[in-house]
Amino acid sequence: MDNTSSPHNPYVTDLPKLIDNAGFFTRIRQLCALGYIPLYYFGSAKSILHCGMAKNNKEMEFLCTGFPKKGAYPALSTDFPAFHIFERELFEEWGILPEAHPWLKPLRFPPDSKVKMKDYPFFNSKSQVLHEVGVGPVHAGVIEPGHFRFICHGESIEHLEIQLGYQHRGICKLMQKGDIRTKMPLAEMIAGDTAIGHGLAYCLAVEALCGVQPKQSVQSIRLVALELERIAMHLADLSALSGDIAYLSGLNFFAALRTTVINSSLAICGSRFGKRWLRPGGVNYGISAQQNKVLRDTLDTFEAQFNRSSKALFGDSGVLNRFDSTGSISLQAAQELNMSGITAKACSYEVDARKDFPIKEAESFEPVTEQSGDVYARAMVRYREINQSLELIRYLLSTLPDNSDIESGDIPQPNKAKMAVSIVEGWRGRIVHVLISADDGSTELYKIYDPSLHNWFALALAVRGEGISDFPLCNKSFDLSYCGADL
Amino acid sequence: MFELLKARLGHGYQAIPNPLKANINPSFPGVAVILRADEQDFALAEQLCPTQAITKYSLDMGKCCFCGECSRKFPDTFTFKPDFRMASSSREGLVIKWQPQSATCSVPQVEVNRDLQKLFRRSFALRNVSAAGCNACELELGASSNVNFDMGRYGLEVVASPRHADGLILTGPVSANMAGALQETWEAIPEPKALILCGTCAISGGMFAKSGAIDRGWLESTPAVLYIPGCPAHPLSIIHGIMSLLGRNK
Repeated sequence: MDNTSSPHNPYVTDLPKLIDNAGFFTRIRQLCALGYIPLYYFGSAKSILHCGMAKNNKEMEFLCTGFPKKGAYPALSTDFPAFHIFERELFEEWGILPEAHPWLKPLRFPPDSKVKMKDYPFFNSKSQVLHEVGVGPVHAGVIEPGHFRFICHGESIEHLEIQLGYQHRGICKLMQKGDIRTKMPLAEMIAGDTAIGHGLAYCLAVEALCGVQPKQSVQSIRLVALELERIAMHLADLSALSGDIAYLSGLNFFAALRTTVINSSLAICGSRFGKRWLRPGGVNYGISAQQNKVLRDTLDTFEAQFNRSSKALFGDSGVLNRFDSTGSISLQAAQELNMSGITAKACSYEVDARKDFPIKEAESFEPVTEQSGDVYARAMVRYREINQSLELIRYLLSTLPDNSDIESGDIPQPNKAKMAVSIVEGWRGRIVHVLISADDGSTELYKIYDPSLHNWFALALAVRGEGISDFPLCNKSFDLSYCGADL
Repeated sequence: MFELLKARLGHGYQAIPNPLKANINPSFPGVAVILRADEQDFALAEQLCPTQAITKYSLDMGKCCFCGECSRKFPDTFTFKPDFRMASSSREGLVIKWQPQSATCSVPQVEVNRDLQKLFRRSFALRNVSAAGCNACELELGASSNVNFDMGRYGLEVVASPRHADGLILTGPVSANMAGALQETWEAIPEPKALILCGTCAISGGMFAKSGAIDRGWLESTPAVLYIPGCPAHPLSIIHGIMSLLGRNK
């Protein structure tokens, strides 16, 4: 690890030394060849290009260079597709051209964007045989907006192009305004279904920047919250997956089970989404001995009913018929696209920040993986992760001291001219936040990466060759965040 | 088959018997209450509030993101009752005001909308548009139809097409990039129609009110019939609000 003073996640470091353009890109290519994955890659208002590459807590490099002189450089995406979305963002935000980028299209259409949304350059086959189907931004269900453009041959999808940006709220800019320590409610809204995941990433980044390290018991409470969120959202997905194939028993079983879990969060912090539970420096609500017992009892009852319901789901031939071999993704695609989370683990790509970048000095953690990379595998990973999270929560609760006290004191001013990076395995996958403080301690930059940013492209690949009527099922099996990607 | 029956038996009866009179956990931050008009607390809370919901001597639930910071720092001045009856039929009604004469504060009220009641009392179909909603309000609106809350029992449903809808329920602060699609969806709903704003972001823009990427122009010219605050709005608040609007909360 270069230039860093904190040995593990969250990281805090002086701003990395600027190296020349050639050295910067050569090093990135070397690290990619060594199996490092890009955590972040962005330009800053100071005309600096940042890149963070890592394999795990020990093998990590932060790199910096000036903007390329001619405003262009040979794209990394051509050799390393993982960079394609980063380079699209870089081009949209700063006009730096990654030469020979295969798919250099607008990403979010921010207010100052030169391209209007209606002028999005969709891929066009110009075929006499194929037809196009446009869906969205407003969808049939109660979900976030995005536009899907299918090119179909009869019922079969040849190509899908996903146009996002409808959800762009300028959240990074809002994070940069004012005292960074007061941004908790905003961090919880990066993606409301991942309030704990993004909230925790924000807390860790701010704490690293301010030089605070909360107690082990506080971290344990936060991890309980994180795993509760994972269980709740996996249940929401199992419910919706059942609904999409008209397996109405599953739709209702898992929805009711989710109610039980999110009401447990409500009982502790007042929010079914775990909003207002965490805060930088500590937590707002601890878990008393009595709450600890109630939670454990609730989860015991939950577990029995959950396993009964899952047995019914995965034992139903009609369900298996629809899940099996639908929307497959290969391990190679998962690695090339820098995928993470359920969708990556479902094609045996063993990435999980809980193992690779543990927040606490963790006991051994082994991610759940499946081989087949299809809807079945993604449902199965969810089922197995729920059981794994139950074990984790039980363990964490057993280590909590009685009436575990909370730390909600004020935390000190941010350190000046530092960079903090935090990584959290949210229920969708790897969340990365990057926070840079200016010479006067104000926030110079706040960058947010939801796993959806990388995983959206995988959805487009997964549906190739599938019937268009299976798109909702494939989409739900990924369940990616629109606002997490659009920010 | 037997696995399914076992699961079904274990599942039992899940519906909340009467969502309009349900018990909610005491930790739920519902209707805001001002306990006293303390000048200093209000001045400090005004600074603290992330959405400028607090001014002397009022708290605007349409702006509040229910982070609870004011009630934790100044528990003698601010509190949130575990009461999900948070909706109001007027924007002004969401502003909880201190009333010095009685030393109490106002509470949000939903007045029955006679026009809507006449037409939609037994069946009210809504089209949801999420315009930069963070997916929390969307999930809660979805949960309102689930097996626990089951608003379908009252003839309340969220439908797939604006052509089938009697109204629009908006979630999210309305990003500039969604403003056009929102307006088109509204125009596609046949008259007579009603607009409902669900969640703090939809009501006031919430945390995003000052973002350059938000465009709430259309909302200024389109009056809403119901405002349901919350971050996110709770399913019980949603059901209570709509039922009260249709005069069915008895």
